[in-house]
Amino acid sequence: MATTIAIDASGDGTLTQRSAFWLFMRRKSTIGVLMVLPLLAIIAGLVAYPAGYSMFLSTLNKAETKFVGFANYLFLFKRETFWMVVQQSIIFALVAVVGKAFIGFVAAHAVNTIPTKGQRKWRGMMLIPWVIPPALSTLGWWWLFEPTYSAINWVLAEIGVDAIPWLSDTFWARFSVILVNIWIGAPFFLIMYLAALKSIPEELYEAAAIDGANAWQRLYHITLPMMRNIIAITVLFSIIVTFANFDIVRVLTQGGPRDSTHLFATYAFRVGIESNDIPLGASVSLFMFPVLAVLAFLILRNVRKRAMEL
Amino acid sequence: MADVTLNKLVKTFDRTEAVCGIDLEIANNEFVVLVGPSGCGKSTTLRMIAGLEEITEGDVLIGGRRVNDVPPKDRNIAMVFQNYALYPHMTVAENMSFGLRLRKYPKAEIKQRVVEAADILGIDDLLDRKPRQLSGGQRQRVAMGRSIVRNPEVFLFDEPLSNLDAKLRGQMRIEIKRIHQKVRTTTVYVTHDQVEAMTLADRVVVMNKGRIEQVGSPSDLYHKPSTRFVAGFIGSPAMNFIPCKLVEANGGLAAKVNDTISVPIPADRSDRVRAQVGKELMLGLRPEHIREQRADDGATGVACAVTPDVVEPLGMETMVYFGLNGVEICARVAPEASPNPGTPLTLSIDANRAHLIDPSSDMVL
Amino acid sequence: MATAVAEASVGAGLRASLTRNRRWALIASYASLIVFVIFFLFPPYYMLITSLKTNKEIAELSTNPWIIEKGITFQHYFSLLMDTGFPIYFRNTIIVTICVVAITMVVSILAAYALSRLKFWGAGVLATGVFLTYLVPDSLLFIPLFEIVGALGLLDTYWVLVLVYPTLTVPFCTWIMIGYFSSIPKELDEAALIDGANHMQMLIKVFVPVALPGIIAAMIFAFTVSWASFLYPLAYIFTEDQMVLTVGTVTTLIKGDVFHWGGLMAGALLAAAPPVIIYAFLMDYYIAGLTSGATKG
Repeated sequence: MATTIAIDASGDGTLTQRSAFWLFMRRKSTIGVLMVLPLLAIIAGLVAYPAGYSMFLSTLNKAETKFVGFANYLFLFKRETFWMVVQQSIIFALVAVVGKAFIGFVAAHAVNTIPTKGQRKWRGMMLIPWVIPPALSTLGWWWLFEPTYSAINWVLAEIGVDAIPWLSDTFWARFSVILVNIWIGAPFFLIMYLAALKSIPEELYEAAAIDGANAWQRLYHITLPMMRNIIAITVLFSIIVTFANFDIVRVLTQGGPRDSTHLFATYAFRVGIESNDIPLGASVSLFMFPVLAVLAFLILRNVRKRAMEL
Repeated sequence: MADVTLNKLVKTFDRTEAVCGIDLEIANNEFVVLVGPSGCGKSTTLRMIAGLEEITEGDVLIGGRRVNDVPPKDRNIAMVFQNYALYPHMTVAENMSFGLRLRKYPKAEIKQRVVEAADILGIDDLLDRKPRQLSGGQRQRVAMGRSIVRNPEVFLFDEPLSNLDAKLRGQMRIEIKRIHQKVRTTTVYVTHDQVEAMTLADRVVVMNKGRIEQVGSPSDLYHKPSTRFVAGFIGSPAMNFIPCKLVEANGGLAAKVNDTISVPIPADRSDRVRAQVGKELMLGLRPEHIREQRADDGATGVACAVTPDVVEPLGMETMVYFGLNGVEICARVAPEASPNPGTPLTLSIDANRAHLIDPSSDMVL
Repeated sequence: MATAVAEASVGAGLRASLTRNRRWALIASYASLIVFVIFFLFPPYYMLITSLKTNKEIAELSTNPWIIEKGITFQHYFSLLMDTGFPIYFRNTIIVTICVVAITMVVSILAAYALSRLKFWGAGVLATGVFLTYLVPDSLLFIPLFEIVGALGLLDTYWVLVLVYPTLTVPFCTWIMIGYFSSIPKELDEAALIDGANHMQMLIKVFVPVALPGIIAAMIFAFTVSWASFLYPLAYIFTEDQMVLTVGTVTTLIKGDVFHWGGLMAGALLAAAPPVIIYAFLMDYYIAGLTSGATKG
């Protein structure tokens, strides 16, 4: 009788103890949720909620007193300026990204070719544009493009070329904002490509050299295929950042001349903040959303694929 | 200073059973090695003892106390990991004392214990180094030192030598044995290397597919394997398995390999296998029991004429490979016999050391 | 004998041509590197030159603008620090940046530890969500946030930046910290568990020190972003004593007399100095952070 009771008691005892440790381990998930709570708050409160709120805002009238449905969007469709913004945003993003990707690739290749000892120094110098806050370095460019005192035009005059109206002519203004964007963004490509180049095993090149491949063939058959994924991810990243760019155009041209250099971001700022038409500004910036969503989807797919390769 | 008991231990991962009911009693201060191929459940068993895996069914008892639901830190165990798991940002001394510091031991005692352990391991002069400044063997010592300072009731080793090169592995094996002799503690050691198992263990537990195949002293496992798996797993090079037929011959029994080779079964074993007469069986023969003919080959030496395919001279012995009954056979021959590939050679099979295996149950008869 | 000689000469020829190719590749590389370095560095160089010239020389049209012909002056820097709001912008930027970096690191280290080690329901989805949030640019959110921070009464104070900058820093920092934490071998947790550490001790005494390079990279990223941001402060701050460096430099220093260029360039350079200095000392961490965003999955 006594033994039976003792066994029961010990059974109960172990049962309560069972809860203790492994429940604690399973409570890992509770602790985990607690630990991500601040992150969730930021994502939900300051990203997801504003994104949803933006859609709601875009359906209101200027005074935000009345629901107007798609009237803001329809209004934009009828504006020539808006279509110019669409066109300029696309041109800006595509040309700038191609330029950055090309310069970054050539520069990364050049750095990777020279002896390892000097690579740090060269790489270090070429990264500086990426480190200076863009709004501030664009000020320097603004001064370089200044109509009367342009130091670039001074050089052109020295070699016998006419002065270029950098910021007052539509074509040259568009060229200038793209040039500055390339200048700021190319180092990012340089770094990404250099990291990718370094991860290609040297043996592949030695094997190719023994197989008789020349420099172009090595580039085409080894370097590019090995870097395909990182090139894809970098380009997609850069398209997002470039497409959504604000600082350069805002400082350099403020959208001019005659709104010809406006991007979605600067145009949204102009109508939303400066002209106090918040709903219309929200509508403008929301046009970026589908483009960004498609790019984000592509990046996610690439990153996943890369994660699986590793 | 504790014994460890495993009672019908089961571990299930997503409906697949990794460990399917293990019973094992490990005596106080005993050195037990769990050995088996990868995926046999040996590491999972160890991790259940450590408290790193939740036990699906069954019990683990340490020193008579049921510890199923006791967190690792309260089980009074210490563990050495395959990749050492040293904290890379701490010095050797800090690595060794981390557990004691978390338990708020007095500083003087921590220092004393670290110095003592370092002395045992011969790493006194490394105490201020970081793990990345150490060689593989030194890291291994520090990992053991971290366990020793805790003065645990049970030492757990999870494949501690498999990241070392062959030479160092041999040295560290001796080191571990020496330390166990100095610091007598119950030890459970997991490895896939049967040489480690044989050399270190008081008792070896051979595991396969989540079950225990056989438990025994190293010499028991070598001389009296109970299953075909154990027979093939223990010993290097592995035991040869030759298809044969059990027949009656000369008043006794014999395993008939082919028309010329027939291995007589010793009389003391005949009774056990008599029921199998006429069946197709496997003849298990270790390479060292197929050798050159010698003058002192008694009645148990069975002559066997073969033509070697490949000959590997290793110095103190020569391995001879040849085909027999459709399987490749390995024999261990003295170098003086100077075998040559393609040149016929007569070897001698030690009939006393032959094992008979029933292929339908894979049991050694 | 003859064939051996022939082979040797072919080998020598091949080697010679390889060396020649190699030399040409080197020359081409150095040449293009020089071109690129000039392209990348001439604007900051010109900014520096301008900031050290006298107003008189800046206004001169006949001289070579690329060199200082009439003496160096630090007058632009002095007046920047004495007569403008620049020191206030600097102080505001430091306050905002320190707060943002601190918030970012606490939030993202906690979240990254949870997401990489404590498997809980929805952890995978959340990790993907973090990555997607990182891809949301500020120019998509500044208008709704304008309304939201307005409703919170935070417009026109730099504290609004402490609130909104984490949307730019936290996702990326969490993402790269997940990568760094995931690369810590699981045995290290288990060793710490056996040594008797709880989750907080594991995080603070093991994970944080082991992943220190990643943490530095993430801190540099958070620092750079909050130092350089332009759109949010431009949209939400209008009063000079609340401004941060980027906006203060761009909007307030341009006013005044025609030849504000020297002061403007001095301001831009001084404002850009802290990130550039940090970069100069911690380049490797900076680059590690940059590349791990896309490569750690």
